[in-house]
Amino acid sequence: MAEAALKQSATEARLAGLDMPQGGWSEAARRDALARVTAMGLPERRDEYWKYTRPDTLVQADPVPAALFDHSDEAPLFDGIDRLNIVFVDGVFDAEASDDLTLAGVSIERLAEASADIHWARDLYGVLEANGQKPVERPLAALNTAFAPDGVLIHVTGKAAKPVNLTYRHQSETSDAMLHHVIRVDAGAEITVLENGPAAARFNKVMEVDIADTGTFHHVRAQGRDHERRAATHIFARLGAESIFKSFTLTANGVLTRNECVLELTGDDAVAHVAGACVGDGDFHHDDTVFITHDAVNCESRQVFKKVLRNGATGVFQGKILVQPGAQKTDGYQISQSLLLDEDSQFLAKPELEIYADDVACSHGSTSGAIDEEALFYLRSRGVPEGPATDLLTLAFLAEAVEEIEDEALRDEINARLSGWLERHRS
Amino acid sequence: MLSIKNLAVKLEEEDKQILKGVDLEIEAGKVHAIMGPNGSGKSTLSYVLSGKDGYEVTGGEATLEGEDVLEMEPEERAAAGLFLAFQYPVEIPGVGNMTFLRTAVNAQRKARGEEEMSAAEFLKVVRARAKELKIDADMLKRPVNVGFSGGEKKRNEILQMAMLEPKMCILDETDSGLDVDAMKLVAEGVNALRSEGRGFLVITHYQRLLDHIKPDVVHIMADGRIVKTGGPELALEVENNGYAGILSEVA
Ligand SMILES: Nc1ncnc2c1ncn2[C@@H]1O[C@H](COP(=O)(O)OP(=O)(O)O)[C@@H](O)[C@H]1O
Ligand SMILES: [Mg+2]
Repeated sequence: MAEAALKQSATEARLAGLDMPQGGWSEAARRDALARVTAMGLPERRDEYWKYTRPDTLVQADPVPAALFDHSDEAPLFDGIDRLNIVFVDGVFDAEASDDLTLAGVSIERLAEASADIHWARDLYGVLEANGQKPVERPLAALNTAFAPDGVLIHVTGKAAKPVNLTYRHQSETSDAMLHHVIRVDAGAEITVLENGPAAARFNKVMEVDIADTGTFHHVRAQGRDHERRAATHIFARLGAESIFKSFTLTANGVLTRNECVLELTGDDAVAHVAGACVGDGDFHHDDTVFITHDAVNCESRQVFKKVLRNGATGVFQGKILVQPGAQKTDGYQISQSLLLDEDSQFLAKPELEIYADDVACSHGSTSGAIDEEALFYLRSRGVPEGPATDLLTLAFLAEAVEEIEDEALRDEINARLSGWLERHRS
Repeated sequence: MLSIKNLAVKLEEEDKQILKGVDLEIEAGKVHAIMGPNGSGKSTLSYVLSGKDGYEVTGGEATLEGEDVLEMEPEERAAAGLFLAFQYPVEIPGVGNMTFLRTAVNAQRKARGEEEMSAAEFLKVVRARAKELKIDADMLKRPVNVGFSGGEKKRNEILQMAMLEPKMCILDETDSGLDVDAMKLVAEGVNALRSEGRGFLVITHYQRLLDHIKPDVVHIMADGRIVKTGGPELALEVENNGYAGILSEVA
């Protein structure tokens, strides 16, 4: 009982410091979410779902301060991409730095300003998150629904004229930011959403994505950068028939990151790909937690996660494919691999399959390995010095994940970031 | 060009002496062949010269144009002009053959303080060289040696050699696993590179490669030593009498 009491008091301590935005169409959803988080309690390190990642610094009332990283020698990510840019600084919208929120094929509003009573996002805000609380609880997401002061609401009605880029700047060493985005992709509509930046000393972000039949959603994000930043992020997506969801995340640096991705394939012939490449050096803990539910027939899901770890960095992968009765012809693929560049680093993986249909093809694999010494010598014998040769092999290891990004220009941006990081983090 | 004096090598992890005093002088413009039974130390010699881990030099020296190669990193040896065509070329998943070649060519140029090859120039040269070796565009695009047949891997080694234009080429059993046509192709590739300024050390188990790549000098290696040196006729002697005859003769 002592445990439950501790959890309750930790949850109360966190809630005490937060103000719920009042009024408007989201208020009911926020109250429901508060009830959820109060009932569940915030994560605690004895929780099974947090076995490999300590949640305390994500939960405690005040964030641990995080120093700002000098990145002046790097060109801003996605700079070469024609995009609509929306900027948040420590979680606060920056109108000055942002583009005008008008884009053909899309309507964009800020959560903090969308106060009309009848709003499309009303049917989604907190709804996908609440759905995603079963069978595993995700209290930090419910906390976000209840308290996030801002975010963007993106309604995609056609083919978006260009990608929407959310830039998260980190300026205060003690910032504690929460953002909640809702994206609705209509039938036949299509959008690419980009996210980039460390965001805050501590960042809690939820993105709810509802993709109607035949809709397409592409997502590429790059997070981390500042060594001491912490983040807990959730993506909740619901996929209609013949819809496509493709999400890629690059994580470089960050003392603690937990990315949860909860996908439900509800319509036949839907396709969901979720991929991640992470590179960590030293005080780095990165956790990818994925839960994909197949409800419909002939759907495809693919998880590709690659981690490069050195100097005591830790990588975690918890990935589950749940195939519900009747979800025949499911094609599920899951791979999680780590490249350990020394013996101090570790990779903890918990891949799971739970299948209640008989005509399915699901595979999963998880490996940890070191640099292939034979390949390294081969490269060096051709004149490539050890550093660049190691980088080349490391990029090759990450390639399967990076190649999940369909757009070549975006893929190049991510690869350039990875090359730069590897070059700066050679032994 | 390549001068090896009394080179002795043991395994790093085991107390096992493999090379027991090897002497070899390879002059620029000449082709030397080393023949010898399996396990005599031929590959070990090639690995030690190119800088592979796992071996310990216990005595002797090896110099390339007067420079101590044993002191250099593998990439420095390559930049200095040493090239080894591997007996077992390594597969590198995820690294395209073309990227690999270009990275290698430019890394060596950079190390020598030369200008890097432009993408266009590189493409032109690599296409021409690949064509001579009957290496198609698909093989250039695929990851290095992944899914290549034995013969394709060996031709790919020769392509690398042709692109890198080394001063001293060591070919370790480049003929093994090749049919006659593939062997001719490889031999033509090697012969095309023969020049006054370039030395060759062709390691082979069989005489037949030497019908196509005519050596100036032939050495027989056994149990970590060069036990006999002669002209091309020595290779024919091996062909006719096997190693047993020669070895009993020198024993
Ligand atoms: N890394 C190694 N580990 C164990 N034994 C080795 C190693 N390298 C070479 N040897 C041994 O050294 C001897 C010479 O091998 P090698 O140089 O491959 O001969 P060759 O190429 O002439 O057939 C053999 O007995 C072989 O088993
Ligand atoms: Mg051999």
